[in-house]
Amino acid sequence: MNLTLKIWRQKNAKEAGNLVTYPVKEVSPDMSFLEMFDVLNEQLIQKNEEPIAFDHDCREGICGMCSMYINGRAHGPAQGTTTCQLHMRKFKDGDTIVVEPWRAEAFPVVKDLIVNRSAFDRVISSGGFISVNTGNAKDANNIPIPKDDADNSFAAAACIGCGACVAACKNSSAMLFVSAKVSQLALLPQGRIERESRVLNMVRQMDEEGFGSCTNTGACEAECPKEISVENIARMNREYLMANLKK
Amino acid sequence: MSKINSKIPEGVLETKWTKYKSSVPLVNPSNKRNIEVIIVGSGLAGASAASSLAELGYKVKCFCFQDSPRRAHSIAAQGGINAAKNYQNDGDSTYRLFYDTVKGGDYRSREGNVYRLAEVSANIIDQCVAQGVPFAREYGGYLSNRSFGGTQVQRTFYAAGQTGQQLLLGAYSGLERQVGLGTVKMYSRHEMLDIVMIDGKTRGIIARDLITGKLERHFGHAVLLCTGGYSNVFYLSTNAMGCNVTAAWKAHRRGALFGNPCFTQIHPTCIPVSGDHQSKLTLMSESLRNDGRIWVPKKKDDARKATDIPEEERDYYLERRYPAFGNLVPRDVASRAAKERCDAGYGVGTSKMAVYLDFTSNTLRYGQVEANKRNLHNPTAADLKKLGQEVVKEKYGNLFEMYEKITGENPYELPMRIYPAVHYTMGGLWVDYELMTTVPGLYALGEANFSDHGANRLGASALMQGLADGYFVIPYTIGSYLASDISTKAIPTDHEAFVEAEKKVQEQLDKLMNVKGTKSVDHFHKKLGKVMWDKCGMGRNEKHLTEAISEIKTIREEFWKDVRIPGIQNELNTELEKAGRVADFLELGELMCKDALMRKESCGGHFREESQTPDGEAKRDDDNFSYVAAWEFKEAGNWELHKEELVFDVVHPTQRSYK
Amino acid sequence: MKQFLTSSIGKKTVMAITGLFLITFLIVHCGINALIFYNDGGKNFNAGAEFMGTNPIIRTMEIVLFLGILLHIYQALMLTLGNSKARPVKYAVNDAKSNSKWYSRSMGLLGTLILMFLIIHLKSFWVISRFTDEITGGHTTLFAKMKESFSADGSFQGLTVVIIYVLAMFSLSYHLLHGFHSAFQTLGLNNKKYTPLIKAVGTGFSIIVPFIFAMMPVSIYMGWIK
Repeated sequence: MNLTLKIWRQKNAKEAGNLVTYPVKEVSPDMSFLEMFDVLNEQLIQKNEEPIAFDHDCREGICGMCSMYINGRAHGPAQGTTTCQLHMRKFKDGDTIVVEPWRAEAFPVVKDLIVNRSAFDRVISSGGFISVNTGNAKDANNIPIPKDDADNSFAAAACIGCGACVAACKNSSAMLFVSAKVSQLALLPQGRIERESRVLNMVRQMDEEGFGSCTNTGACEAECPKEISVENIARMNREYLMANLKK
Repeated sequence: MSKINSKIPEGVLETKWTKYKSSVPLVNPSNKRNIEVIIVGSGLAGASAASSLAELGYKVKCFCFQDSPRRAHSIAAQGGINAAKNYQNDGDSTYRLFYDTVKGGDYRSREGNVYRLAEVSANIIDQCVAQGVPFAREYGGYLSNRSFGGTQVQRTFYAAGQTGQQLLLGAYSGLERQVGLGTVKMYSRHEMLDIVMIDGKTRGIIARDLITGKLERHFGHAVLLCTGGYSNVFYLSTNAMGCNVTAAWKAHRRGALFGNPCFTQIHPTCIPVSGDHQSKLTLMSESLRNDGRIWVPKKKDDARKATDIPEEERDYYLERRYPAFGNLVPRDVASRAAKERCDAGYGVGTSKMAVYLDFTSNTLRYGQVEANKRNLHNPTAADLKKLGQEVVKEKYGNLFEMYEKITGENPYELPMRIYPAVHYTMGGLWVDYELMTTVPGLYALGEANFSDHGANRLGASALMQGLADGYFVIPYTIGSYLASDISTKAIPTDHEAFVEAEKKVQEQLDKLMNVKGTKSVDHFHKKLGKVMWDKCGMGRNEKHLTEAISEIKTIREEFWKDVRIPGIQNELNTELEKAGRVADFLELGELMCKDALMRKESCGGHFREESQTPDGEAKRDDDNFSYVAAWEFKEAGNWELHKEELVFDVVHPTQRSYK
Repeated sequence: MKQFLTSSIGKKTVMAITGLFLITFLIVHCGINALIFYNDGGKNFNAGAEFMGTNPIIRTMEIVLFLGILLHIYQALMLTLGNSKARPVKYAVNDAKSNSKWYSRSMGLLGTLILMFLIIHLKSFWVISRFTDEITGGHTTLFAKMKESFSADGSFQGLTVVIIYVLAMFSLSYHLLHGFHSAFQTLGLNNKKYTPLIKAVGTGFSIIVPFIFAMMPVSIYMGWIK
């Protein structure tokens, strides 16, 4: 396949960027999207140009590092798929593909397609944990947990923190990410002890980071590579309301 | 005095750790506040150590090269984590976990370390559950277990196919909690490029801020390397793209011995290479082998579609060769058997370097069970297939989906094509019982050290070891060193040792940037990977290893003459990052081959073709090789071998047999 | 409380509560106005209108209603401003239709259209019945006023008004289509068992209520209501 790529190039956080067109030839349909980028970068290096900087690591859809807005969609056209798991057979010969970084005030561009997602870490450190020191815990089976709760908690915990929810949301809202963590812990008995302070702190931090508000469009759920449900957002709203009523 | 003293406590195996814990010197809380600990890496070992030490009161700085500590590659582990809980009432015990691990490691690990690992394994599960890790549960609300290779009990705890992710996020939440409390300072997108030594002790690191490209000096009373394994020396492996040996290698060059570098684990069930563009390999969980049958056509170069090959023309070679264990032989055995068939010309797929993993017969069997459950009489074959596929989907749905995404083939209809791939490195920095390397004040935890898995790691044991080291071992053992260091004040980073170390790092970066050659870093990495895979991979022999050593030297020379790194040093430069890592791989690769050449026996993942039984099985040589090979770096291409004899007081090495 | 009201979730909660309150108003308004379909020359309809205009409880609620509308608008403005700040650089290509419905992304636009309509609508009917003596003084009735506004008297004006009303009801319909279930979601009332029901009721409501409203001017214009 031969393709035309239009890729966002931006030297660093301060300078302005723009879309640059690159033709790529002989792309195999078996390549992953990132392998196609490897091929393009190899060509750029051969021409002594700077390769395109993009985040990636595990390339098996779990680390959450890859983050590309491909043809107007977070992680590209495939459902429940990260960019690294997207394969070129999803595209046709002659296609033009536009690739941009995540766009959000809270995720400033670092270089080319790389953005800074440390806002997520700060949200977690504001309350996305259970305060248990190493060695405190007693036998694991002392806390039986209904299977449904455990399963729902696990489904929320599947979040990989890639930020696709923020990227896809028209308001750059981080509600799906934050609510996934709030839900995971609120569903477990050991997490309920701190449920109120947790949700209050995490929401405050989320707002301080400059994410927008949720308007329930559902774009986050549709683009989430782990298909995390917006039910979690409702749960967080509930937790937040209750916490405010009590505290 | 010998360079190496494993410091295994005296006494009976079962009480070594308890006795050690009650006699190890302690650091009082007010002193802890003045002691700084640097932790490099934020995976299971790094994150758990960082949070545990910070909880104790130490001032911790934690470094990772990713954009967030949550992305460390521990996250990709699928299957589970072992623990001797005996929740299933099936006869498990600390001793059995210890025994299985020593045996699985083909008797090349330390009894004392492994016993301690088995002992603390149960605490890990308690800790993780308390943290909110959503392990799989039964309807009664209690934890569920599954069985894994190399054991006869069910002791593996899991969270669907994402156990590593859940455990890492648990450890990460603990770490972030300490970051919030201000006891851990996190440095993400930072790469450690050297350690700093003052008066023979580790006193800090030089790290590069990957965004600005600036070098930074950081002081620490002790430095913990939790930097994972080095499978990426093979270029293609199941490791993440960024996994590297650099931190460990810099420590090695500063005097830390490297233990058993040639012990690599090759996982039998990975998605095969599809072309030259391939950048990494993806694992299909070991659990699939429970329900799949592995075969190749009986006829060489059979071009027919898998489903068109009749039953009698299929060679179920694992069942044929190992009737007792069949498709469930350990990883090393299954991998070698697949390679043997493909090398003999029976491979399948376009590359001919793959075998089939076929779920048809089990799908039909499940279909029959399901039909009985639903009281369906005389179901047609199509009905059985449909019912069976539903069962298979419930068990392995996410893996099947992943396979389809990557290959574009539907594994419910066609058998999967699989081939072995490098997965884990048992070797690593040599450490004593306290996890300290031969450099005072420098520790190695998790996959970065060599310690607990011997020559082969059992499934679901890597997660256990990483967390054991970080949560339950280092918090005790580090006290033994730091207790005598409480009077040391923080050393200002304008000390000459810091200046000298930074200068050295700067010189290497300049040197790399100034080559201005014609070939990309990947070009050399791929070349190195091919040599390693062909000559130091699943089967090794003297001729190939000798060739490999000289070939690697040549690639190394070419690299330093002809590598091209576009861009500049003082900004985000991914090619420069890769170049530094590949430069270290080019030295490590040689050492791995040297180690493999020296170890003339076959054991675990290390298969020397010269040392096999008449029917092609691995043959150990306990008389001559029952030791840990610990290599001391002299200069590039020159190492000195130290041996740590392995003493087996409790288990008695026997030849493994799976027939 | 202050922290709650200024938080992103707090603001949304205000939107949801005022939204649901306005929905209840729609039910009352629609019910009373539907009396027109008795087709009795406006007898029942005028009686209803008089009740609404004189009942002290209703008159009090009217004030609450206006406060609700203002709050709903104010909060929407605040949210929209905040949300546009959250993404200062827009995407060059954005395929939003693949992940969400257009009306869920256009609540601000739909709301503005409804507001513009409201101004016209209030001016035509509410102002004259509350601030002039045209109706209270017995010079005319609300029913007569409606016939006057919507009748096909040959002039272009009647048709224009009817078209504006119908289009406004389309805006209302789409606004409700998202707003109804969205309010429940914001208040945390999401549940595997009941959410499909809420959504179904919401969809029904969003179609039926604006349809009934739209049918009033249309029926008068077409001469179905005498």
